[in-house]
Amino acid sequence: MVTDWLFFFFAALTVIAGFLVALSRSPVNAAMNMILSFIGMAGLFVLLETFFLAVLQVLVYAGAIVVLFLFIIMLIDPAKLPRPRMLPTFGSAIVAAGLTVGWFVVLQADTLVLPERVPAESFAGGQAPAATARVFGEVLFSQYLLPFEVAGVLLLIAMLGVIVISKNYRPATTRKEGGSV
Amino acid sequence: MTVGLFHYLAVSGLLFIAGILGVLLRRNVLVVFMSLELMLSASIVALIAFSRFNATPENPMMGGNVFVLFIIAIAACEVAVGLAIIVALWRRRQTVDLGELKGMKQ
Repeated sequence: MVTDWLFFFFAALTVIAGFLVALSRSPVNAAMNMILSFIGMAGLFVLLETFFLAVLQVLVYAGAIVVLFLFIIMLIDPAKLPRPRMLPTFGSAIVAAGLTVGWFVVLQADTLVLPERVPAESFAGGQAPAATARVFGEVLFSQYLLPFEVAGVLLLIAMLGVIVISKNYRPATTRKEGGSV
Repeated sequence: MTVGLFHYLAVSGLLFIAGILGVLLRRNVLVVFMSLELMLSASIVALIAFSRFNATPENPMMGGNVFVLFIIAIAACEVAVGLAIIVALWRRRQTVDLGELKGMKQ
């Protein structure tokens, strides 16, 4: 089936770009790989028929958040970035292999961990619950109204916090090295 | 072979492992922060896969999808505040190297 091939394509894109975020030498490359990984995840969401969240993923994550990261990276002097050392490849490879094997062992013990109601048939049978934005609106403003309001207040608090953090700035004359900004 | 819940959970776990590696290995604060975002996104994939594969017409399982919405909002907050802290750190110390950030004095 073509959706299977699409799944494997997007899954490979997501996972490989995700590992390249952790392993690439320069932060700009890491941010670009993060965009790729998020776009692959949006493709996975489309395959899961949650189209609204796929759109949100592209807009918020691959758009806004990565742009913020790139902005801060550009703000920082690349000569003062941490020297890209040789990653301890052997040790990290062992750690990654161990974690991967452990994860697949957990997944294979499906009768222990996963309930019985999750084979692929239920995906083909049921109606997609969260395909459109309308479903989200109805649920958010009835059942999840209080968490929704709290999330709005949280965004406001974050905005005020960012203003306070970046406004309360004294020049670095109190530093012992006497460096200037 | 049909793509099932197993495959989506495998993708989620591998993405989480990539995030763990980034947090543990890197010295650049920005890359560590990006890896944290990656781990959040891995949890998002798992939540959506669970809610989609468990959905039935009687119980549409909207909870997982709504949680994903909240996770995205909280991740936006976290990125804003965290990057502001990193910029403040850069103004004070002129470094983003985790190895050089040894104390909270100064």
